[in-house]
Amino acid sequence: MKEIHFNQIVESVKKLCIDANYYLPQDVKNEIKEAALSETWPMAKDILEKILINVDISKEESVPMCQDTGMACVFIELGQEVHITGGTLEDAINEGVRKGYSEGYLRKSVVRDPIVRQNTQDNTPAVIYYDLVPGEKLKIILAPKGFGSENMSQIKMLKPADGIEGVKEFVIKVVKEAGPNPCPPMVVGVGIGGTFDRAAVLAKKALIRPLSERNKNPFYSNLEQELLSKINLLGIGPQGFGGKTTALAVNIETFPTHIAGLPVAVNINCHVTRHSEVVL
Amino acid sequence: MEKIIHTPLTEEKVRELRAGDEVLISGVIYTARDAAHKKMVKLLDYDKKLPIDIQDAIIYYVGPSPAKPGEVIGSAGPTTSYRMDPYAPRLLEKGLKGMIGKGTRSKEVIESMKSNCAVYFAAIGGAAALMGKSIKKAELVAYEDLGSEAIRRLEVENLPVVVVVDCYGNNLYEIGQKNYLDTLK
Repeated sequence: MKEIHFNQIVESVKKLCIDANYYLPQDVKNEIKEAALSETWPMAKDILEKILINVDISKEESVPMCQDTGMACVFIELGQEVHITGGTLEDAINEGVRKGYSEGYLRKSVVRDPIVRQNTQDNTPAVIYYDLVPGEKLKIILAPKGFGSENMSQIKMLKPADGIEGVKEFVIKVVKEAGPNPCPPMVVGVGIGGTFDRAAVLAKKALIRPLSERNKNPFYSNLEQELLSKINLLGIGPQGFGGKTTALAVNIETFPTHIAGLPVAVNINCHVTRHSEVVL
Repeated sequence: MEKIIHTPLTEEKVRELRAGDEVLISGVIYTARDAAHKKMVKLLDYDKKLPIDIQDAIIYYVGPSPAKPGEVIGSAGPTTSYRMDPYAPRLLEKGLKGMIGKGTRSKEVIESMKSNCAVYFAAIGGAAALMGKSIKKAELVAYEDLGSEAIRRLEVENLPVVVVVDCYGNNLYEIGQKNYLDTLK
């Protein structure tokens, strides 16, 4: 049995909030760099270069890359041998978010009630997912999610008969409809299978996989590549002004599903695909 | 080569701008997004005075991140504009001449821009630290309770934007994508 104290989790989450908003993961930066080099459309190239300058300014001056510092999405992998002392895990995460968004000068973008819409003033609560795993480690992944891109996401319960063609058609449709709104170049997270809700969580989890890593199943890694090529022939381009680079990557995650169903969720992210993680 | 615009944005200046033009804006602009638009349109419903002088004004759809000590403002990139579509025509009728945001606008907004001679600019979404550098002064004008969503008066120098929809209805999202796709043929 390993003990982890409440305060240690608070401090870790605080740091993750700040780091994720100030520093773009290297894999995302690499993809943007490559895109800037290979882009032939002048305005598209210019925008990608400005995005890279923005990434550098944020890092050097310790300021958020985007003013929408997101809703804090937290993925927890909790080892079964871990005992948390001094308070609950949920309270520790929210306290970390509270501190991170305050001390990091991050924007508070959460309203208490979706209809009444009063700002909670501290960016809590976080959206938390828990996975119980073997072992005595606690892994925390924090992915602040902006809503310009979140609003462009969609889910559909396809028929099994729709098959892989139905999935491709739906993913392309969602990207097309998103157009310039989610700040392209985007990252496209796709969840296939499970239930209505599981497909959406898979799509969100797909967004935290490094862009340099393909799905381990060759069938799905081929589908990822095919969809990316098709998306980058749409012509939307960076910021929607035309160009090759509409998406940086398509990441697919899957789960077994029911004989009667084929749920597909598409979670769109912008070029500021942020995440930061720690293992305690 | 960028075009230089100094506020106020008069009709004469609007008429010179074309979809695809890169523009540097200097002068005074105002911030407003969802909640502030809702409040302003409510004031118009009751024939009350707006908290800003809307004639020949530019509104920037932005909810900046908080300023660090000693700084004027935090990161300040555009938010998605379509959420302001239900409100924009009301402000255009009152003399608003420019909007800065990102993403598509509705047919109703574009028609209203044509009849009221206004322009829609896009700033680079997500390049918010870069955009913040063009803001030299920021002061609260109204709705402090809205926090990041409050209306602020910004003094900007060479704020980099692109004309997406001009007052003739030309739309860079359509033209740019079509022109690019034509090069692939």
